[in-house]
Amino acid sequence: MARKTQRVVAVTGNEAVAEALRQVNPDVSAAYPITPATDIMQRFTGFVSNGKVKTEMVLVESEHSAMSACVGASAAGGRVMTATSSQGLALMWEELFIASGTRLPIVMALVNRALSAPLNIHGDHSDGMGARDCGWIQLWSENGQEAYDNTIQAFRIAEHMDIRLPAMTCMDGFIISHSIERLEYLDDDVVKNFVGEFKVTNPLLDIEHPVSYGPLILTDYYMEYRKAHAEVMSKVSKIVLDVAGEYEKISGRKYGLFEEYRLDDAEIGLVILNSAAGTSKDVVDEFRNKGIKAGLLKPRLYRPFPYEEIGEALKHLKAVCVMDRADAWGASYGPLFMDIASCLSPYKERPILINKIYGLGGRDYMPEHAEIVLNELAGIAKTGKVLTLKEYIGVRE
Amino acid sequence: MKQKGWKELPPGAVVTEAGSALKFKTGSWRAYKPRWIEENCIQCMFCWIYCPDMAIKTKDGKRTEFDYDYCKGCGVCALECPGKKGNKAIVMEEEGK
Repeated sequence: MARKTQRVVAVTGNEAVAEALRQVNPDVSAAYPITPATDIMQRFTGFVSNGKVKTEMVLVESEHSAMSACVGASAAGGRVMTATSSQGLALMWEELFIASGTRLPIVMALVNRALSAPLNIHGDHSDGMGARDCGWIQLWSENGQEAYDNTIQAFRIAEHMDIRLPAMTCMDGFIISHSIERLEYLDDDVVKNFVGEFKVTNPLLDIEHPVSYGPLILTDYYMEYRKAHAEVMSKVSKIVLDVAGEYEKISGRKYGLFEEYRLDDAEIGLVILNSAAGTSKDVVDEFRNKGIKAGLLKPRLYRPFPYEEIGEALKHLKAVCVMDRADAWGASYGPLFMDIASCLSPYKERPILINKIYGLGGRDYMPEHAEIVLNELAGIAKTGKVLTLKEYIGVRE
Repeated sequence: MKQKGWKELPPGAVVTEAGSALKFKTGSWRAYKPRWIEENCIQCMFCWIYCPDMAIKTKDGKRTEFDYDYCKGCGVCALECPGKKGNKAIVMEEEGK
C-alpha cells in the first residue's frame, strides 16, 4: 500500500514524543515537571498555550496529583496522557495500580532515569522496572523514532475495547530524550485517523447514566477482579501485533513484540533493552564479520512479557547474556534476567544464561562492553563453563 | 445470592447501577441497637440530622421508627438526643439480649 511522504526532521526524543502527543491531541493532560521528562510537557504546554491542541492542561503540585488527575479525567471519559521520570513515577506508584485496576486507558511517556539515593538525573531503568508489575502495558523504545511510533501506537493499544488498560512508553533519559536524531514524522491527519475518535466506557460525566468508580471490593470478590486483570493482560500481545500491523501500513516501519537481530542462526546472544541495543547491534555485526554467530534480542512489549514467544526465539542459542540497566537487590539477578530465565525454564535444551548489570545512573555503555560480554559468551558456548553468573560491568573496583 | 465468577464482572469494578447501596443491608454490623421511646421524643429531628446513614425514617416531617436494615448502631443519635425533661428518647441496648 502506498503511503504518504513523511516529514524528515532532526529532533530529540522528547521533542518527538511531544510532537506525537500534539498530533494525538488528547482531551486532558496533567503533569508535574521532572528531569528528563520535563521537556516533553514543557513543549506540550506550549502547544496548549498556542492553541495547537484542544487539551485541557492541568498543572498539579506533584506526580501523585498528576496521576490522580489523570485517573479522574479518564474515568470522566477523556483521552488522557502524561509524562514523567524516576522519582515522579515512584510518587505515582499507588495511582498506577488504581489506573490499571480501574481499567483506565491512560498513556504515559516514561523517560527512564535512575532512582535516588544517591540523587542522579541520568538514564537507567530502575524507575520503569519498579513499576513493571503494576498492571500497565509497557512499550520500550530504542531511539527517538521508536519512542514517537510507540507513543502513537500506545493510544490505540490502551484504548482497545477488548482491554482498556493504561500504557507507558519508555525511552532512555538523556541518551535518547536529549539527543538529536534523524526521524520521520507522519502527517497530522494520518495520525489523527490512525488513533481515531476516543471511545468512552462508563464515563462519569454522562449524568444520564450515573456510575460509581472505585468501590470497596473485599475478600468475596477481590480475587475474581485480580484473575480478570491477569486474563485481560493475556490479550495484550495480539492487540500490540494488530496495531503494529496497521501502523506499518501508514509508516512503513515494522514492529513486533520484540526485535530479533541476526538471531535465527545465532549461537550466542545478548538480550538488552532500549538505547544500548543500538550500540550492541554494531558489535554483533563485528562478531559476525569475524565468523562468530552472534545475535541480539531487544524486548519491546515488556509488560505483559511475551514469555512463550521470547522463549521460542532464544531456546536454540548456546549461551545468552541478559543485560540489565537496573538491579533487583536481594533477588540475585536483574529484573530482565529473571523474566528471560522464566521464559526458558520450560525447555529441556536451553542456552546457558549469564547476567550483567551495566549503565546505572547513565554510566556510558560502550561497544567495548558488548565486546567483552560477547567474547565471554563465545567462551561459554565452547566450554560450557560459567565463571560468574552475575556481575556489574563498567564499574571501578 | 449466588456469587459471580471472574468472567461476569464489570471491567474496572465500575458500578453502573445508580443507588445500588440500597441492596447492601448493613444492619447486621450492629452490636448495640437504638430503641426509640416515643413518649420522651420532642421531634427535634437531631437524630435525623446526625445519623451518618439514613436510618431514621420519617413521615410528614416527623421521625418514626428506626430503619434497622441500615442502622449500624453507632449511637450518635442516642448521644445527641436531648429527650424530654432529662429523659432520653433514644437508648442503646445490647443486641441479642
